[in-house]
Amino acid sequence: MRYLPLTDVDRAKMRAVIGIETDADLYADVPRSALLSQPVDLPGPQGEMEVERAIAALAAKNLSSAKAPSFLGAGAYRHHIPATVDAMIQRGEFLTAYTPYQPEISQGTLQMLFEFQTQVAMLTGMEVANASMYDGATACAEAVLMAGRVTRRHRAVLAGGLHPHYRDVTATSAHFIGFDLVGPDSDPSHPAFAASVIDLIDDNTACVVVQTPDVFGRIIDLRPIAEAAHARGALLVAVTTEILSLGLLESPGAQGADIVAAEGQSLGNPLGFGGPYVGLFATRASLVRQMPGRVAGQTLDVEGQRGWVLTLSTREQHIRREKATSNICTNSGLCALAFSIHAALLGEEGLGRLARINHANARALADRLTTVPGVEVLNESFFNEFTVRLSKPAMDVADALAERGILGGVPVSRLLPERTDLKDLMLVAVTELNTGADMDALANALQEVLS
Amino acid sequence: MTDFSQGRTNVPMGGSQAPGAQTVSGSRGLEFAEPLIFEMHHEGRTGVDLPDVPVSDARLNGMRRQGPVGLPGLSEPQVVRHYTRLSQKNYGIDSGFYPLGSCTMKHNPRLGEKAARMAGLGDLHPLQPFSTVQGALELVDTLAHWIKTLCGMPAVAMSPAAGAHGELCGMMAIKAAIEDRGEAATRTRVLVPDSAHGTNPATAAACGFSVDSIPANDRGRVDVAALKAKLGPDVAGVMLTNPNTCGLFETEILDIADAVHAAGGYFYCDGANFNAIVGRVRPGDLGIDCMHLNLHKTFATPHGGGGPGAGPTVLSDALAPYAPVPYIVHDAKGLRLVERQADAGEGEKPFGRIKGFHGQMGVFIRALVYMMSHGAEGLLQSSTDAVLNANYLRARLGDVMSVPFDGICMHEVLFDDAFLHDTGVTTLDFAKAMIDEGFHPMTMYFPLVVHGALLMEPTESESKETLDGYVATLRALTERAKAGDVQFFKDAPRLTPRRRLDETTAARKPVLRWTPPVEDNA
Repeated sequence: MRYLPLTDVDRAKMRAVIGIETDADLYADVPRSALLSQPVDLPGPQGEMEVERAIAALAAKNLSSAKAPSFLGAGAYRHHIPATVDAMIQRGEFLTAYTPYQPEISQGTLQMLFEFQTQVAMLTGMEVANASMYDGATACAEAVLMAGRVTRRHRAVLAGGLHPHYRDVTATSAHFIGFDLVGPDSDPSHPAFAASVIDLIDDNTACVVVQTPDVFGRIIDLRPIAEAAHARGALLVAVTTEILSLGLLESPGAQGADIVAAEGQSLGNPLGFGGPYVGLFATRASLVRQMPGRVAGQTLDVEGQRGWVLTLSTREQHIRREKATSNICTNSGLCALAFSIHAALLGEEGLGRLARINHANARALADRLTTVPGVEVLNESFFNEFTVRLSKPAMDVADALAERGILGGVPVSRLLPERTDLKDLMLVAVTELNTGADMDALANALQEVLS
Repeated sequence: MTDFSQGRTNVPMGGSQAPGAQTVSGSRGLEFAEPLIFEMHHEGRTGVDLPDVPVSDARLNGMRRQGPVGLPGLSEPQVVRHYTRLSQKNYGIDSGFYPLGSCTMKHNPRLGEKAARMAGLGDLHPLQPFSTVQGALELVDTLAHWIKTLCGMPAVAMSPAAGAHGELCGMMAIKAAIEDRGEAATRTRVLVPDSAHGTNPATAAACGFSVDSIPANDRGRVDVAALKAKLGPDVAGVMLTNPNTCGLFETEILDIADAVHAAGGYFYCDGANFNAIVGRVRPGDLGIDCMHLNLHKTFATPHGGGGPGAGPTVLSDALAPYAPVPYIVHDAKGLRLVERQADAGEGEKPFGRIKGFHGQMGVFIRALVYMMSHGAEGLLQSSTDAVLNANYLRARLGDVMSVPFDGICMHEVLFDDAFLHDTGVTTLDFAKAMIDEGFHPMTMYFPLVVHGALLMEPTESESKETLDGYVATLRALTERAKAGDVQFFKDAPRLTPRRRLDETTAARKPVLRWTPPVEDNA
């Protein structure tokens, strides 16, 4: 077998050194009744060619979003990934390293994480960031739990417009740990968004969670909510599922956020059917000891040379065990690397240009769709994603578009099936990868499907 | 936070460098002094070519960014060189032997990288209509089938993103089952052995349980009598690692499972060490109610410098109804996902959701590729070779190092620091000397049940020649330690991009990001 270097001759010699006769002797400690007497019922070994063929056959049953005009977003966005990103993350020294426990031989990963943390802090307008979380939704849940530790309160207000997966992940954690969640229903046409949140803040509130752009694409002004939260001693947790928006929009930090939980997939990471992605987590310096997750810090070696280590580990599970800030013991290292390389390539100028192209394309499509009978664009404001009300149920429309080879948008009922009042709504995302021809194809197909 | 007076990277400040190591540039041959990207900024440089499209503020709700982000400008060649140089400061399984105990650093086949990037897999949006992702769902379902078959368990939750996340999934399922029985208020305690990974007690706490620890016996196993004495109507469950973190199979595991169940509790098994028993022992036959698998350990997906991983969690009949969303169901139109609790079918009581979208698809593809390549027999041979390799190290090092627990071990072998007694050399010093010899150290100071632990997991990926070279090196280092050459160890490592780093100051005065140097106007 190509992955196994031991030969039968090696194995026999090694058994002799150990002083055993058969492989079974290695498992003498296992209760006899628990030992399998024959191999499990699974297929036999296959060569590279056969495996590759089998996986390719599965891939061929899918509609590749790269081969279709694709306007799906809702927390995962199709962006161009520079070739450099994928080439660099496949360097074996990055790809096949473990968590950097031995800093002397992990300076590559550690310096990269330090740079990543800096980039995330800069983008979000916060003072510090951690070395990443599993994804945006888990980062959101961790942010709420952290706010509970900071304020010693156990109630959170979740604004309408928070991505339903983020809401569900947060609610699941909150349920098991005994944390109350309140919040208005998601409604894209709510006339008084800020008031609907602010009215729920009380003196027991640990935090308010607000997503911007929200799941419907609306750009929220966080400042009045931050002010109201702070007045009651609560924290503002700002969420974003589209980190690229911060190339054009004011950062949450500048609007008074205390914690930022975001999805970083848009930079450097492919759609990949939903994962692995990279959760971004940033906060104020004064709160850093309540922050979950791994973090790299700068220090000196015995020769006085600058270097990096994992630090603040006294917050973490391997030291604190049940008193840790979180049970997390990894980050999303390679996805953070991809994010960081993409951000390094973009730089200040590239990031701003990319964000503006996204917004310009979204505006072009919104204008185009407004002319299609049966389509109403609901958003006053948006970055690269907006909500449309259709004259037919959005799920049916999405299926009909898919039959025409177009991935037209995410029906809100895919995320909120219980909200029958929102079944005509569809989320439409537009990025730099969408051409004018894509937009024409969508508009024409919608016209057909809705007529 | 803004203390950044520590000087340039490249300037050697100490006088203890090896003769000849000092250079004008700070670089040393193939090992480059590399600044931070922020220190490489040059106005006007970019690594992408994008048009400058003006946009108005009309649809921005007045929230256009006012100030710059602060990102540096670099050209593409600079970026390529930067990350190439950083990678050269890293040790990976591709570089050499990586016997990090409990981490299963085995070879990562590149076929998985190729497969994960195929069109129709790497570029699928998670919310495409189900009709357009039947192949992807079939792939996840196939992996689930392999996992369930290898574990002898009826169900698996695929969405956990890592081992610790799988623990969370399993413990939440236990709590949901207990709530369903109406015992949430009374069954509040979870028993965890002293030797457990720190994630176990942290996970139990994250589910609102209190944690009670169980001691190990003098054979490195759970003290079953002590465990039984702590069982009672207030115990929700037991979290046990098997094979355990001493590298030993829990010989009385069937008895433990029976006792936990008789007391009305559930049996969580930490599957971090599954690589020892794949294809030979099924957790389902051990009375386990739930166990996470680390696909990035047992099934060879790359660790990526600390993630991403994947931690699918198998569930017994008792816990299967509580599996979180999403999960795959088969219906007349093919495969689809149940994504919301509200959509659960008859008899299904999902406890909630623990991750956005559906799980770590990129990791699933790599794991399935690995499993298919090996097939049933190959997986069995892999676990056998892993155990053989560990026992070979035990046999060849046991006379000069100290083995706290006699007998055959599983896929990892535990030593304590008794062999260093009175030498002045610590486990840490010993590990750092191994680095200079070209080896990644073993896991140190874990498990906590022995003094100065050295936990080695060679995996099946290593040849006998590699092990022999490692043994020869460790025997020589041991001899050197016993000969009293303490300074040699205290100075190690000498040949690395950085030498020992000041972790105390890093934690006391944390510098967690780069900040622009303050202009000196004086």
